[in-house]
Amino acid sequence: MEKKTPLYEVHVEEGGKIVPFAGYLLPVQYGSGVIAEHMAVREKCGMFDVSHMGEILFTGPTALDSLHHLMTNDFTGMPIGKVRYSVMCNEHGGCVDDLIVYKFGEEEYLVVVNASNRDKDYAHMLRNLLPGTVAQDLSDDVAEIALQGPKAPEILRTLIPEEQIPKGYYTAVRHASIDGMDCMISRTGYTGELGYEIFTDNANAVRLWKVLRQAGEPFGLIPCGLGARDTLRLEAGMPLYGHEMDEDISPLEASLDFGVKLDKPEFIGRDALIAMGEPKRIRVGLEVTGRGIIREHQDLYVGDRKIGASTSGTHCPYLGRPVAMALVEREFAAPGTELEADVRGRRVACKVVPYVFYKRTK
Amino acid sequence: MYNIPEELKYAKSHEWVKDEGGLFVVGLTDFAQQELGDIVFVNLPAEGDEVVAGETFADVESVKAVADVFSPVTGVVAEINEELLDNPALVNEAPYDAWLIKVSDVTDTEELLDAAAYEAHCAAEKE
Repeated sequence: MEKKTPLYEVHVEEGGKIVPFAGYLLPVQYGSGVIAEHMAVREKCGMFDVSHMGEILFTGPTALDSLHHLMTNDFTGMPIGKVRYSVMCNEHGGCVDDLIVYKFGEEEYLVVVNASNRDKDYAHMLRNLLPGTVAQDLSDDVAEIALQGPKAPEILRTLIPEEQIPKGYYTAVRHASIDGMDCMISRTGYTGELGYEIFTDNANAVRLWKVLRQAGEPFGLIPCGLGARDTLRLEAGMPLYGHEMDEDISPLEASLDFGVKLDKPEFIGRDALIAMGEPKRIRVGLEVTGRGIIREHQDLYVGDRKIGASTSGTHCPYLGRPVAMALVEREFAAPGTELEADVRGRRVACKVVPYVFYKRTK
Repeated sequence: MYNIPEELKYAKSHEWVKDEGGLFVVGLTDFAQQELGDIVFVNLPAEGDEVVAGETFADVESVKAVADVFSPVTGVVAEINEELLDNPALVNEAPYDAWLIKVSDVTDTEELLDAAAYEAHCAAEKE
């Protein structure tokens, strides 16, 4: 039986088409459709219920050491209010999850994880915590709304004073007050667009949604579902757990090197990653040069030789064309390499390109 | 809710059929396009290909999913709607104008529903 986020009734009221996702009932789209929702985020603003995301709080004198043991990234010297992306690896160097870490204090960090991995992550964390760290799963009490798009700052400015709006990318304001509701606002997102993720207590969720919705109306804000969330992240070249990475794909194969600090003295999976050396296969972008759409799990060929498979793919509304991401053997990973995808028995031509298909311009 | 023109016949798999004096025009219904969402690619057979009643002859892709399209009739593809190859969104905009194929030499048809029976069929599927 799927769970409902505190915003379930609002989605039904808003005309959302409800589907099961990661154990929750969530809207895949609203009345205006995936393309219109996608374009709203690129050009104006969209809002998403992401309350299904997991939130786990690390506290205690060894909280930072526990994070360093569990995560591939380095959080040393991270300022309070800063946010940092990381992967959490298993002993074999595969990905348990990818996540972001917020620093609230020297002994207090919040880890935001994928909904589909939340129980697995929490169990993995509890097994590997150092003495002197407490990890609490807050997920069932916390609602989260993502406000994404170029108009997002202006919309927030109608609701809160400037100093409550986080300025730098990957920073957060822990206590902002939106219409009297205590919220944490973080300048993060999963769309490749300027935007915020706003966390609050479940009890505030419906009112926060309505306040944001109303404030955003004059700016062209519309609610967006999981469909647009996926097309937006793909267009921006952002990886999705279960697609570009999983327990058997290393973060280096997934081209997440920036979040993997092999020079740290120790972390779970480090030895395996070092032993593996240079990855034999690597994540790339694909531009479809033939006719069709390459989706996930489609085998890629050079002639008769299978050299990899796609991990995600769809039509990207802002670009107006289909793109895909794939894991391919290193020797075929150079931009410009011509490949063919087996799309349900039909060969579709494609070409390796950098996987950031869309980059926001200031 | 769904536009279901009186003058057409319908397959349970959500294709519409219009008999134009022996030439059978086939398209996707309003129900089908609403369920699929924004259609971004249509893969059609070639003229001269055989289609078989109840078997897939084309696929349409929305942003999120691929759906097979089943032929309501057995026959030979006489014409394909090439406009859809460049502008697949026409299926969303006007599903009863945006036909997919025209079939000649028809020897067999699926069990086809009239508008009232098809409307009941859609209502049952939505439950």
